[in-house]
Amino acid sequence: MSGIGYQGKKNIPRITSDRLLIKGGKIVNDDQSFLADIYIEDGVIKQIGENLIVPGGVKIIDAHGRMVIPGGIDVHTRFQMPDRGMTSADDFYQGTRAALAGGTTMIIDHVVPEPGSSLVAAFNQWREWADGKSCCDYSLHVDITEWHKGLQEEMEALVKDHGVNSFLIYLAYKDVFQISDAQMYEVFSVIRDLGAIAQVHAENGDIIAEEQKRILELGITGPEGHVLSRPEEVEAEAVNRAITVANQTNCPLYVTKVMSKSAADVIAQARKKGTVVYGEPISASLGTDGTHYWSKNWAKAAAFITSPPLSPDPTTPDYLNSLLACGDLQVTGSAHCTFNTAQRAVGKDDFSLIPEGTNGTEERMSLIWDKCVVTGKMDENQFVSVTSTNAAKIFNLYPRKGRIAVGSDADLVLWDPDITKIISAKSHNLAVEYNIFEGLEVRGGPLVVISQGKMVLEEGTLHVTEGSGRYVVRKPFPDNVYKRIKARSRLAELRGVPRGLYDGPVCEVTAVTPKVMTPVTSKKSSPVKLSAAQPVRNLHQSGFSLSGAQVDDNLPRRTTQRIVAPPGGRANITSLG
Amino acid sequence: MSYQGKKNIPKITSDRLLVKGGRIVNDDQSFYADIYMEDGLIKQIGDNLIVPGGVKTIEANGKMVIPGGIDIHTHFQMPYRGTTTVDDFNQGSKAALAGGTTMIVDHVIPEPGCSLLEAFDRWREWADEKACCDYSLHVDITHWNDSVKQEVETLLKEKGVNSFQVYMAYKDFYQMSNSELYEIFTFLGEMGGIVQVHAENGEIIAEEQTRMLEMGITGPEGHVLSRPEELEAEAVFRAITIASQTNCPLYITRVMSKSAADIISQARKKGNVVFGEPITASLGTDGTHYWSKNWAKAASFVTSPPLSPDPTTPDYLNTLLASGDLNVAGSAHCTFSVAQKAIGKDDFTQIPEGVNGVEERMSLIWDKAVVTGKMDENMFVAVTSTNAAKILNLYPRKGRIAVGCDSDLVIWDSDAVRTVTAKTHNSAAEYNIFEGMELRGAPMVVICQGKIVLEDGNLHTVSGSGRFLPCSPFPDFAYKRVKARKQLAVIRAVPRGMYDGPVAEFTPMSRGATPASSARTSPTKQIPVRNLHHSGFSLASSQVMQHGPPADDNPIRPGGRRIVVPPGGRSNITSLS
Repeated sequence: MSGIGYQGKKNIPRITSDRLLIKGGKIVNDDQSFLADIYIEDGVIKQIGENLIVPGGVKIIDAHGRMVIPGGIDVHTRFQMPDRGMTSADDFYQGTRAALAGGTTMIIDHVVPEPGSSLVAAFNQWREWADGKSCCDYSLHVDITEWHKGLQEEMEALVKDHGVNSFLIYLAYKDVFQISDAQMYEVFSVIRDLGAIAQVHAENGDIIAEEQKRILELGITGPEGHVLSRPEEVEAEAVNRAITVANQTNCPLYVTKVMSKSAADVIAQARKKGTVVYGEPISASLGTDGTHYWSKNWAKAAAFITSPPLSPDPTTPDYLNSLLACGDLQVTGSAHCTFNTAQRAVGKDDFSLIPEGTNGTEERMSLIWDKCVVTGKMDENQFVSVTSTNAAKIFNLYPRKGRIAVGSDADLVLWDPDITKIISAKSHNLAVEYNIFEGLEVRGGPLVVISQGKMVLEEGTLHVTEGSGRYVVRKPFPDNVYKRIKARSRLAELRGVPRGLYDGPVCEVTAVTPKVMTPVTSKKSSPVKLSAAQPVRNLHQSGFSLSGAQVDDNLPRRTTQRIVAPPGGRANITSLG
Repeated sequence: MSYQGKKNIPKITSDRLLVKGGRIVNDDQSFYADIYMEDGLIKQIGDNLIVPGGVKTIEANGKMVIPGGIDIHTHFQMPYRGTTTVDDFNQGSKAALAGGTTMIVDHVIPEPGCSLLEAFDRWREWADEKACCDYSLHVDITHWNDSVKQEVETLLKEKGVNSFQVYMAYKDFYQMSNSELYEIFTFLGEMGGIVQVHAENGEIIAEEQTRMLEMGITGPEGHVLSRPEELEAEAVFRAITIASQTNCPLYITRVMSKSAADIISQARKKGNVVFGEPITASLGTDGTHYWSKNWAKAASFVTSPPLSPDPTTPDYLNTLLASGDLNVAGSAHCTFSVAQKAIGKDDFTQIPEGVNGVEERMSLIWDKAVVTGKMDENMFVAVTSTNAAKILNLYPRKGRIAVGCDSDLVIWDSDAVRTVTAKTHNSAAEYNIFEGMELRGAPMVVICQGKIVLEDGNLHTVSGSGRFLPCSPFPDFAYKRVKARKQLAVIRAVPRGMYDGPVAEFTPMSRGATPASSARTSPTKQIPVRNLHHSGFSLASSQVMQHGPPADDNPIRPGGRRIVVPPGGRSNITSLS
C-alpha cells in the first residue's frame, strides 16, 4: 500500500485543470438548503447559481434529487500512530482512503511526541508521514505529553510558523502522559496567550491506576477490566476539573472523546453557565456501547478497547446523539486508531496493556445521519454543522472548509439519504479484522465524493491518489472561539483595595511550622493580563479601628468592586471587575 | 477551675430537674409534656409525672424545649505557628453554651509527620481540663503512610474517633493527592469511618495566589480572589467521585458557596452517600466584606473556603439546608485576635484563617431559616443536633429528647431578639463577623448534663466538666446504605478461553499505564475461576459476527453481571455486580 514514495512538500496544490459542474443538486449548508448548480475549477468553488456560464468540455455530474453537502471533517484521527514499537494498523493512506469512502474530505490527526522529545521534531515527523501518504487534506493537533517551561517556545513556534492552533493534554495515563492540575493551569495560560485551543483527554488517571490495580488483584484480566477500572464518573470528574481550570485561566476548552452521559452532562451544564467549552463525541460513543466488553470472544471484546471506554449503559448513544442535536455537543470525530488482533493480544493477560483505539472514520457520517437525521433528532443543516462546519469554525478553517460557497475548497459530497448499507469488516476499507459496528445497518451514505475538486468516489469505486493530501495551516485566535475570550479578558481586571497600612500590633510567630502556602515551585510566567495598575496606598487615610462598627458597614457592596455576571447569570468571582 | 482528672465518669450525682409545661420539639414531632431529669439523664416524659419532693422545677410556660445543639465543627485552642486561637476550650464551650449548643466536636490537627495518637492525647488533655460541655473529636489526616494507617485503625477501634478529615487544599502542606485520597477513602470505607473533606483545589489556589501577589494585591480581598468558588465546587466534585468509587461515606466540611452546594445536592440525587455542612458564617454573611477598607475587619472574615462575594449565597444555602440537600450546620469556630491576623498584613496568604460562629449558630439558623418559613422547628432540630448525632453515632443519646437520653436541653424563646456584637459576645476575639445583626430566637434556659448553665441571661459553667464522648464506627445513618451496596458490588471476570492467536512484538516502554506504586491492600473480594476449556475465540468473523447482535451478545446485558440502578435511577457503573 505504500508503493508511492514521499513526494515532497504538498502545500502547493497539484490540481491544475479539474473542471466540474454539479447540476441540479440541493446545496446544504449549516444555515440553509437551496437548489443551485456548482462549478468547480482548480480545486476551488468558482460559481454557484442557476444557468451558469461554464467553459466547454466540463465534466458534468447530475445531482438531481440529491443533496450536496460540504465534505466531512474528521477532527480526531490517529493514523499510523506509534505505540510501544508498534504502529496503528491504518496508516495515512489506508486511513484517509477510508475517510474519503465515508464522505470525509479532511482529517485532523494527533501528533503524539514521546515525553522528553521535541514537539517540533515530532510534528515534522508526522508531516513527513502524512505528506507521503495522505489522500485528502489534513491538519495536525499536537499533544503535550509532558510539561516544562521549555515547551512554551516550541508551542509558540508551532502556532506561529507551523499552523497549529490546538494542543491536547492528558489527565489520564499516570506516570506516562498525565499532567498535574498546576501544570494544566500553566499550559492553559500559555495556550490562551497563543490564541490556541486547549484539548483535553479527560479521565482521572490517579483513580484509574488504583482501580486497575484492584481489578487485576481480583483476577480480572480481560477487556471487561478496562471498563470496570475506568467508570464514567472518573471521566465526568476530569471534565469538570478541566472546565474549572479553563474558566480560571480564561482559556477555551475542547473535550475530546465524550464517551458517557455524565461527561456530556457536565459539559452541557458548563455551557449553560457560559464557559467556552466544546464537546466531541466520537463515532464509537454515538454508535455503540460498552456491553461488548463482556463478549466471550476475547478478540472482539478487545477491539472495543478505547479510553475513555464505551459506556456499558446501552442508552448512552441515544443520549449523546440528542445532545449533539441540541447543540450541547458540537463536533464529531472518530478517534480512529485501529490495531489488529495480534497487536491487541499484547494485552491478552492484562487488559491494561491492550493498545487502545477503535475504528470510525469511515462510518462517522453515515452513522450520524442514521442515528440523528433519520430519527428526526436533527435536520440536514445541523448534520452539516456537526460533521464539518463547527469543526471548521473552531479550528479556524472556515469558510475555506465546512461550507459550500464561492471561493471555498471544492470538497463536496453528493449525499444519498436513502441508500442503506450494512457495516462489516468484510467490506470496510480498513486494515483490521474487526469492525466495532459489525452488522449495523445504516441509512444514508455518500454517492459521489469530491476532494480538492477531483472525484474520488464514484459509483462505489474509490480513485484516490496517495500523497495528494495537502497540509492545511490553521491560524490562531479563531473568531468563533476567541471573540468571547477576548471580551472576558478585558473585563477580568482585578484591583486591590486601597487601604491604609495596618499599624496595630502584630503577633509573633515561629517559622517552624509554616501553615504557609508554599507557592508553586515552577517559575511560570504567569499570564500578565492587563497589568492592573498597582493599587496606590493612601498612607494617611487609615480606616482601621478596633470597634466593630466601620464607616463602610452600611454598604453591602464596596465601591471598588463590580460584580459582572457571566452569560447565564451565575455569580462568578472570576468576573469581578 | 483547675484540672480535675478524667472526665469520663459523670460528676453529677444528685441533680434533679423538672421542666414543666414545655412543648418538646424533636426532629420528627412536637408535643406538650413535662420532663423529669436525674443524674444527667432524662428519666421520665409525660403529664402529671410522679417525682420526688424537693425537685427544682422550671416553668417553660409553653415555650419550646429542644435537644441541645451539637456544633460538629470547632477549632478551639488550635495551635498555629507558635500561637493559639484566642478561644480555648473553656472560652469556646462557654460561648457554645451561651448560644444553646451543649456539645461540640473539635478537630485534632496533628503536625504533618507527627503521631496522630499523640496529637489526639494532647487535645484530650486540653479539652478534659477546660471544656464546659460534652465533646468529641475528629482527627485530621495531614499526611499518609502505613504508620498513619495503623494509628487511624487504633483511633477508630480503641479511642472513639469515627471521623477523619483530609485536605484537598494547602499545597505542599496538608494537601493529599488523588491517589492518597483513594487509599484513605478505601481504608475508612472498610473500617466504618466517615471521611470529612476540606474541599478546595490547592494546586490552582497556589497558582492564583502567585498571580494575585504579582499583581500587587496583598490585602484580604486577595484571599477570596485567589480562591474562587469554582475551585471549591471542583474539589467537592472530585471528592464525591472518589468516595463513590471507593464506596465510602463522605462529609464535606464548610460548604461556603452555591456551586459547591449544588454539586452536593446533585450527587445526593444520584444516590451518593454524601453530607454537606454549611457553617454559621456561610449561612449568615457573605464575602463582600473582604473589600472593607478596614484591614482588620476584612481580615477577620478570612477563612477557607472563603465566604462567597455573591450576596445571595446565605439565602441559597439556608434553602438547601431546609430542603435536606445539606444536612448539618457547624460553626468552624476558629478565632484569632487582630494581632494574630496581622501576621499577614502584607501578604494575604499569611493571614491565619478562621471565623467565629459557635455562639451565634443556633439563633442565626432560627432567624434565617425558621422565621422566614424555610423550615419548621423540627427541621431546625434536625440540622442543629439530630443529624449530627446520627452521623457521629451518638444518636439517640444526643440529639433527641426521650427517656434515657442525656439531659442536654434548651428552652428556646422564639421571640427573643438579640443584636450580635463583639461588645457582648462570649468569644475572646475583637471582631464578630455578624456585628450588628439582629437575630430573632435565642435560648432562655440551657441545661447541660442535667445542670442549668444558662438562666436569666447568666452563665454558670464549670471549666473541665465536659466529658469526652467516644463515637463508634459504622454509624447506621451512613453505613446501612454503604453496606448494602458493598454486597452488590462484587465484580466478576468473564470466563473465556485463553487467547491463542498471534501476538505482536512490542517494546515495553511508556504508555502501558503503570499502576500506582504504593502498596495498598486492596479489598480482596472473590477471585473468579477461569474456564480454560471453553474458548469463544476465532478469527473468522463469520462465526459470531453475523448481521445484528452476535450470538454471544444476544442478551444485551451479559449474564455474568447485573446493572443495579442506584436511588435516583441514573445508570452507574460502580454498581455493576
